[in-house]
Amino acid sequence: MPPLLQVENLRTYFHTPRGIAKAVDGVSFQVEQGKTLAIVGESGCGKSITALSLLQLVPEPAGYIEGGRILFEGRDLLDLTWDQMRRVRGDDIAMIFQEPMTSLNPTFTIGYQLVEAMTMHGKFTGAQARQRAKDLLARVGLQDPAQALRQYPHELSGGMRQRVMIAIALSNEPKLLIADEPTTALDVTVQAQILALIRDLQREQNMGVLLITHDLGIVAETSEEVAVMYAGQIVEYGPTSAIFHEPRHPYARGLFASLPARGRRGQDLATLEGIVPPPTAWPPACRFEPRCAYRWDTCAQVPPKYHPADSDRPVRCHLYDPEIADRPARGAAPIAKEPVAPDPTVEAAR
Amino acid sequence: MLRYVLRRILYAVPILVGVALLTFVLFYASASPQSLARRNLSTRNPTQEQIQQWLKDHGYDKPLSVQFKNHVTGLLVFRFGKSDATGEPIWNRIKQGAGPSGLVASLVFLTGLTAAISFAVAVAYFRGTYVDYFGTFLCVLLMSIVFIVYVIGLQYLLGKILKYGPIAGFQTGIAAWKFVLLPVVIGVLAGLGSETRLFRTFLLDEINQDYVRTARAKGVGERAVLLRHVLKNALIPIITSTVAAIPALILGSLVLENFFGIPGLGSYLIDAINSQDFAVVRAMVYLGSILYIVGLILTDIAYALVDPRVRLE
Repeated sequence: MPPLLQVENLRTYFHTPRGIAKAVDGVSFQVEQGKTLAIVGESGCGKSITALSLLQLVPEPAGYIEGGRILFEGRDLLDLTWDQMRRVRGDDIAMIFQEPMTSLNPTFTIGYQLVEAMTMHGKFTGAQARQRAKDLLARVGLQDPAQALRQYPHELSGGMRQRVMIAIALSNEPKLLIADEPTTALDVTVQAQILALIRDLQREQNMGVLLITHDLGIVAETSEEVAVMYAGQIVEYGPTSAIFHEPRHPYARGLFASLPARGRRGQDLATLEGIVPPPTAWPPACRFEPRCAYRWDTCAQVPPKYHPADSDRPVRCHLYDPEIADRPARGAAPIAKEPVAPDPTVEAAR
Repeated sequence: MLRYVLRRILYAVPILVGVALLTFVLFYASASPQSLARRNLSTRNPTQEQIQQWLKDHGYDKPLSVQFKNHVTGLLVFRFGKSDATGEPIWNRIKQGAGPSGLVASLVFLTGLTAAISFAVAVAYFRGTYVDYFGTFLCVLLMSIVFIVYVIGLQYLLGKILKYGPIAGFQTGIAAWKFVLLPVVIGVLAGLGSETRLFRTFLLDEINQDYVRTARAKGVGERAVLLRHVLKNALIPIITSTVAAIPALILGSLVLENFFGIPGLGSYLIDAINSQDFAVVRAMVYLGSILYIVGLILTDIAYALVDPRVRLE
């Protein structure tokens, strides 16, 4: 049986005044039924655009899907007509967004927006949908669902609105839920509740979940698999436990080193120097090379393979490629302690 | 809601007193009753007695304080008196003129607004395509042509070339449509370009909002997204700009009525200004400000209907 969602070599580009921005550049991953894949990375690495690309909601006309395949239950979503794709959205694949404060229409009641999601796909008639709307709001933890149906978004708190968004997303019992930073805008206490809610509902409905986040703490609790994204590419991809136990890509190592840990109590947290370059000016070979503490000359000349032979999982790094003759020993200490100054052309493009 | 409206009406009273004061001061600053009497008396060289008699008939012989008191109280209870020029009761003329004026102005307003919103939705639906570019080009073209060109051009086309019928005048009852059609078409055309462009911007501002993305992610079709989700939110700025345009609408119909010989309030006011008929001008200015205040109150109610975040309290 094919996986629920299989993405192959997805490329989403944007026309910008500075040229073509390759926001998502050859990303492949898969999500199994009932399982969670987390995509992690810094702001601007392309993880949200990856999520939007799956539903073909990339902001037009600047953004467009350049190529690749998005196989959902074996069917390529990129081959569907506009109307067929509309029927997939909110029915087979639902999405919740980062900004609960602005993601609901301020001029319609919660009830209207929830019922609209259900009647849109013809699974429920008006009266059924209203009853189900009330049940859903109760299920996501709203105190007074009957009243909430009549309320407008501005009458609810951020956490409540995100619960409403989850209720809308789950109203048609989707097979895949895309959650784009669902808790970033919320208080820490509310974050835990929302994540627990998503996890419970996932178990009930046996959904696949694609979780987009920059918060590694969330990943450890929720996901079976992790894809680490950097500069529009996946740089490391594998089971959560394996990656947390032994991150291999220098970028992933940096990310995990920046987490607080009991063993390093009292020391300063490690930080990754520099920021993600703009997508119109990715470095030509290894995109992490300018910030990498392990880099050597080859890194700036030869693009690393996605899945080199010395690793049992994809790691986009020459350190794991036996065909790179001049690679240093993997256990060696970082070659350059201080990353070099940022490339002036990159700075100019910013 | 009702309490809010009542309070707004009470707020209107000091504004109207201010309007009355201002018209009174402006009148005495611009012309003395003496010269008014000379202008309005039919004889070429009126005697002093005739002038005194005229001043007495029209109440301009009393002390200023009494005149002012009569002026303000008269306006507040809608006792406008008689025209300085013709001696005709002003209310009668207003009653006669309100029909044609109201017909033209409300038709221009309603069809203009509907047409502008419809076109704006259409070009927004085709945003970024050649339909959009062509629509924008048409709007700029419409905006660039001076109002008077429409008047003369359409009068010439319909009256002279197509022999469609009367190009000026008025008739009551059903036959009025013949006389009203042309001024309404021109009134709508004159505002269409700029309004369509403005409303298109409002719609496109909303199209990029997060809630639109949510609607699309729910599986709502593009047309329903635009007509339901986007339009309702865009109506908020549309209402604001429409109210801001009400004075222009009133002014516009003054000019239109004059060009097409419609015996409405516009031509009445312009005639009164030309003949320095103070009694008529002050009545019309006063009525105009009442209309404007009513418009503002209606706007607030419209806001509350469209935007649930607005509470009238």
